[in-house]
Amino acid sequence: MIQHLPILQVIIPLLAAPICFILKEARLVRWFVLIANAMAFVISIMLLQQVNLHGTLVYSLGGWEAPIGIEYRIDELNAYLLILVTSISTITLMAAGKSLTKEIPESKITYFYIAYMLCLTGLLGIVATGDAFNVFVFLEISSLASYTMIAMGNDRRSLWASYQYLIMGTIGATFILIGIGLMYMMTGTLNLYDLAERLPEVEHTKTVFTAFAFFLVGVCLKLALFPLHLWLPNAYAYAPSIATVFLAATATKVAIYVLLRFIFSVYGFEFSFTHLPLTEILVSLGLLGVIAASIVAIYQTNVKRLFAYSSVSQIGYMILGIGVGTKTGLTATMLHLFNHALMKSAIFLALAGVVYRVGSVNIKAFAGLGRQMPWTMAAIVVGGLSLIGVPLTVGFVSKWYLVLALLESNMWPVAVLVLVGSLLAIAYIWRIVEVAYFKPALQNNQAYKEAPLAILIPAWIFVIANIYFGIDTSFTAGVSEKTAELLFGGVR
Amino acid sequence: MIDAIMSQDILMQWIIILPLLAIPGILLFHKAPNLREAATLIVGGLLLIAVIAFYQGFDAGEAPYVHWWELMPGLDIAFRAEPLGVLFSLVAGSLWLVTSIYAIGYMRGHGEANQTRFYCCFAIAISGVMGLAFADNLFTLFVFYEVLTLSTYPLVTHAGTDKARHGGRVYLSILLSTSILFFLFAIIGTWAEAGTLTFVQGGVFDTTTSKTVLSVLLVLFIFGIGKAAVMPFHRWLPAAMVAPTPVSALLHAVAVVKAGVFTILKVCVYIFGIDLLADLAITDWLLYLATAGVLLASLVAMRQDNLKKRLAYSTVGQLGYITIGALLATQAGVLGGALHIVAHAFGKITLFFCAGAIMVAAHKTEISDMRGLGKSMPITMIAFFVGSMSIIGLPPAAGMWSKWYLFMGTLEADQLAVMIILMISSLLNIAYLLPIPLRAFFDGERSVVTIRRDQIKEAPWPSLLALSITAIMTMVFFFWPQVFYGLAESLASIAGGTNG
Repeated sequence: MIQHLPILQVIIPLLAAPICFILKEARLVRWFVLIANAMAFVISIMLLQQVNLHGTLVYSLGGWEAPIGIEYRIDELNAYLLILVTSISTITLMAAGKSLTKEIPESKITYFYIAYMLCLTGLLGIVATGDAFNVFVFLEISSLASYTMIAMGNDRRSLWASYQYLIMGTIGATFILIGIGLMYMMTGTLNLYDLAERLPEVEHTKTVFTAFAFFLVGVCLKLALFPLHLWLPNAYAYAPSIATVFLAATATKVAIYVLLRFIFSVYGFEFSFTHLPLTEILVSLGLLGVIAASIVAIYQTNVKRLFAYSSVSQIGYMILGIGVGTKTGLTATMLHLFNHALMKSAIFLALAGVVYRVGSVNIKAFAGLGRQMPWTMAAIVVGGLSLIGVPLTVGFVSKWYLVLALLESNMWPVAVLVLVGSLLAIAYIWRIVEVAYFKPALQNNQAYKEAPLAILIPAWIFVIANIYFGIDTSFTAGVSEKTAELLFGGVR
Repeated sequence: MIDAIMSQDILMQWIIILPLLAIPGILLFHKAPNLREAATLIVGGLLLIAVIAFYQGFDAGEAPYVHWWELMPGLDIAFRAEPLGVLFSLVAGSLWLVTSIYAIGYMRGHGEANQTRFYCCFAIAISGVMGLAFADNLFTLFVFYEVLTLSTYPLVTHAGTDKARHGGRVYLSILLSTSILFFLFAIIGTWAEAGTLTFVQGGVFDTTTSKTVLSVLLVLFIFGIGKAAVMPFHRWLPAAMVAPTPVSALLHAVAVVKAGVFTILKVCVYIFGIDLLADLAITDWLLYLATAGVLLASLVAMRQDNLKKRLAYSTVGQLGYITIGALLATQAGVLGGALHIVAHAFGKITLFFCAGAIMVAAHKTEISDMRGLGKSMPITMIAFFVGSMSIIGLPPAAGMWSKWYLFMGTLEADQLAVMIILMISSLLNIAYLLPIPLRAFFDGERSVVTIRRDQIKEAPWPSLLALSITAIMTMVFFFWPQVFYGLAESLASIAGGTNG
């Protein structure tokens, strides 16, 4: 049983999806999905324990050894990400029951859960597998499932948003496939670890450079690096709230994992940073993303869209950390990966509460909510403070590491701009705060009640996590440093 | 007496936590204002006893150190008592109780809403001040610095009007921006350069650190500590005057702004060390900038007709004195700066109390409307007079001592120009403060607005009591400055310095 954990992690949600179809009844499906998720979460914890005990776990699918069969490989980096994805998906699902009833027609709820499970399968598969082609397959599974989820939003624009994402996502996936195909052509293997061994022999060929370029652009499209982010704001804004929480907290993080895996483990630091000007590319794009997306966020009237742009800017921070190309920088990225997931889960779940009660996330609808929905608004404020990077929240921890990494590498002008990004965050957060706490409610006769507990409790789990991991960083900083070391050690 | 019950270590932590303990009481009795205010007063009284007992223990030679937890490797939340921190805790601890008494009279007399939130945020702010005062390293200090910023935001915007919201926006944006963009940057820079953030006697930088880096860091610190209101980052202070007067009095004349100059003194003495500071060429330029700021602030203050605005600009100027004291990098400068924290605190809080009392009793906010008020509000106006004397630096008020040592400091550092400007600024202080009480008493006939004296009485008695206490204290510290002088002097001797 124990040795099958790596595949169970992926297979359980995969099998759960068709079973939902059989169960049909929405309420039944809801509990079933929650249980399947919880199981996936438990497995991810067991996996981390196993990794801590025995080191990297290698699992050959169907008993076929690596070059022929598909191999799953779990090291600390994967295990950490698996826990991140499964824990957030489980907690998010707790709120799904309530939130979905308001946003999706009764008849479609089961389908939403199926898409959700398939998306989870895809994300977990990407993280767990050690095979390049498998990465692509799972990427497509998760993407197709997320197009479906986004299209289910009750706004007509969600169809358009989904279509937009479909086009951009498919272009990205095609690029990734071309990249993988070229790598296969040059090395004759799809196994990531064989790839890492055989690439150095051919690393000066134009084909390998081309493969790298295609792959990089494809993944950056998926993780919405500025200026390839165009699909993201609409997708997040018009998707059902639960889908937004899930995608914002996990999907982009997994894409960043893929980027890290290929840059550091497969191609190696030498190739990516010495032969190619990756530092310049990633730092300038990351920085541009931080500043531009934050400025755009300030002018949004749809609060979900506002935070979607904020996500684009936060992705910029993570890319910056990679771009620095030092261990501290990578630690900052890993930390922010985790921390940003916590912030955005808290905020988007609280917004789900607002959608549930108010039915709108237009900034005007927030007038007076500070009084009417104090706990929901407090969750947004704490999440916002964390985004700004106020001490004792997780945002401060990741910002500290990032600025430190930049200073260590003598990139102080970049460090200044990173802090300017924080100021821009104040600007867009405080717009909401001012409306929620100082503007009188729009219609005096209609007093909104606090969001239902089913949404409020999961949101506050994330809020408390935001504060807890901002005060006790031993787990997050410890794991981040270890994985950064691991990535720098490389496979070679 | 207290040290028999608990050690200094525990007492220090109690001082930080105690204000927070008022919050459950305040929330519990939010429907019974008398009990609610009793909670604040009882905790305020306990805090006063605690800080005094703590001072006595400290004076007896105990220097407690408490380590709470390690937030990130090498970054600790830890506390240690040192003279400046004890001095600051004494000032803030004693004035919180007085302000609470005052606030009861003011908030009720003015019929303010949301008083529960008001008292809660106030308690959090005081706790933040205490944590800041005892911080053992820059990181801990920064954490509490931000706590103070955020907890006072709801107090500034208390009224909830558009004007309050606008004031709050200026307040928060300047304080947060400077702290994140400059202060945090300087802290991380210090960490990257020196590898430690702990306050150490003589500074943390070793001799190999490049002068350029140090100069940049110093500039970042001085401007980053926005609470010290060094021009051109002073705009938040006048903007914060939309807050209810007890907030302006305790927070924007004492706690928040003093937290700023306190931090500057700490950084100058314990991070740079005044020897190193004296070596840096940039120090002189910053000194001139601060001096120019003092003069400008005094000039602007003269032009303000709104009393609270005038006092706010006066505060900007007086904070400049303390920054100058730190930047002079001499023992006398540090001594004068530390003493001015005390003297200005008691003097300025008296002035704000009076301004609030006038607002509650006579509904006057503009200085031109206050002629002839002395006949109907004699106690308030006499207290105002005493407070003004302290700000100007005339006997018999505490302000004389601090200004004395600051002038000594300028002489020690051979900064004659600075001294002359400080003198001019003191003259300007006379020009913009003293006419207010004098006209109140002697210029009644020419009063612009006819005041119907029979209708104006003194403010409610709690407010009157509070402003009398602070006025008397201001004079007491002229005759018996020993406690604060002792603390300031031991700070100055820790600072050392070759040219002192």
